[in-house]
Amino acid sequence: MNPLKQLLETGQPVLLDGAMGTMLFDAGLEQGDPPDEWNVRYPERIKAIHKAYVDAGSQLILTNSFGGTHFRLEMHNLQDRVHELNKAAAENARAVADAAPHTVVVAGDIGPTGQLFEPMGLLTFEDAKAAFADQARGLADGGADVFWIETMSDLDEVKAAIAGVREVSDLPIIATMSFDTHGHTMMGVSPAKFIETLGEQDVLAMGANCGTGSDELEKAVQKMRKTNPDVVLVAKANAGIPHVVKGGDIVYDGSPEVMAQYAQNVRSIGASLIGGCCGSTPAHIKAMAEALGK
Amino acid sequence: MSEEINLKEMPNDEILELMQEDLYDGYAEEIVEEVNELLAREMTPYDILIQGLVSGMQVVGDDFRDGVLFVPEVLMAAKAMKAGMEVLRPLLAETGAPKMGTIVIGTVKGDIHDIGKNLVAMMMEGAGFEVVNLGINTSADDFIAAIEEHDADILGMSALLTTTMVYMRTVIKTLKEKGLRDKVVVLVGGAPLNEAFAEDIEADAYCRDAAVAVETAKKFMEMRRN
Repeated sequence: MNPLKQLLETGQPVLLDGAMGTMLFDAGLEQGDPPDEWNVRYPERIKAIHKAYVDAGSQLILTNSFGGTHFRLEMHNLQDRVHELNKAAAENARAVADAAPHTVVVAGDIGPTGQLFEPMGLLTFEDAKAAFADQARGLADGGADVFWIETMSDLDEVKAAIAGVREVSDLPIIATMSFDTHGHTMMGVSPAKFIETLGEQDVLAMGANCGTGSDELEKAVQKMRKTNPDVVLVAKANAGIPHVVKGGDIVYDGSPEVMAQYAQNVRSIGASLIGGCCGSTPAHIKAMAEALGK
Repeated sequence: MSEEINLKEMPNDEILELMQEDLYDGYAEEIVEEVNELLAREMTPYDILIQGLVSGMQVVGDDFRDGVLFVPEVLMAAKAMKAGMEVLRPLLAETGAPKMGTIVIGTVKGDIHDIGKNLVAMMMEGAGFEVVNLGINTSADDFIAAIEEHDADILGMSALLTTTMVYMRTVIKTLKEKGLRDKVVVLVGGAPLNEAFAEDIEADAYCRDAAVAVETAKKFMEMRRN
């Protein structure tokens, strides 16, 4: 049985990890550098980040492959290395998960292409689907347990990602969107619409990630729960809002205590998969673990 | 559709009203027909721009700001506006119509997100600005070359990632080194940004969305003229 399904069957909330980008910066990623390339350039640094989350209590870790479609790798002239970089991303997480004292699920992270679909832009459903399939192949070959489609704003792109994954794998799929614009996604999708549309699709869990602070995210998750009382819900909020501190570093104003409270709030709404997004660190995850009685 | 027949029978102000509705609905072909009809009636290209396209896009911008419209609708409206602009642009140049100002805009180096940035570009055009859109992954050197080449009044920079927004500081630093900082108004935007960040990197303003960006640009141009 799939390890995530096993964890969900216990009826207990599953604790996810926190930010990857924030941690990569702390580990020395320079502005404009391709995070995905670090999977092969500095695999030890990536594994150290995963391990820090596992040590903090994460039961599911996201691979460092958010920008792993050829559309996004193209900017760094890495478009020919989709399979290699995604496979390495999954392998890095796999190694940490396998060495962990508790069950840790490896979730192959899939982010948006950054392109607009026709007729607003040039992206066709078939091109998007093919790009996601290529990425998913690498993630599956590297040992991902599930696929994690996130930070989406266009329903068609979510569908293309699901279709792409299904070309290459039968593993469970989780999909979350970012509701950052007047309670909708940038493209105008409401939480209810997301659940209604995607409920018909082949997904294990759905929810919200990123966006503008945990309050807004809690509202989005609440709306999803109202729309469908049975759907398995994901909540993955940013640790507050980014602020610039002296020297130009970016810090998020959500403390571990704030995130611990948020974890309890979304749990009471009925979220089963609970974690952090931008700005959240192992310290936040640890506080959330305690708040959730882990 | 029987609209073409109707169009011929409509007075100018009704056509201008219809243009607002068609812009709102993103009907590019209809906009082109309406622009051509008004040109045939010898309305000036500038008046068509201001009373038809710009005022129509203002409504779109307001509803976008208020969460009535979202990106897809605004992009389709902007496309319709662009189709009308293509007819008007050469005529505006010929007739020496007044210019709002020139903006150089791009997504900073390391970032490929251009949806919001293109939205700003199109809304700026809709407001009558000359727009030089440098696309994605734009280096400081590219920004500066474009500012010099087009004698720009405004620089607009966009970033969607916390990992790329810091590059804006590099661009502003380079502007200073080249003695160009006072020449351009620097507007910044993108999901992870906020006012404190804009202030810290010494931009002139943070713009929350495309509608705010247009309003801010207009305000700065007015200040410059006075």
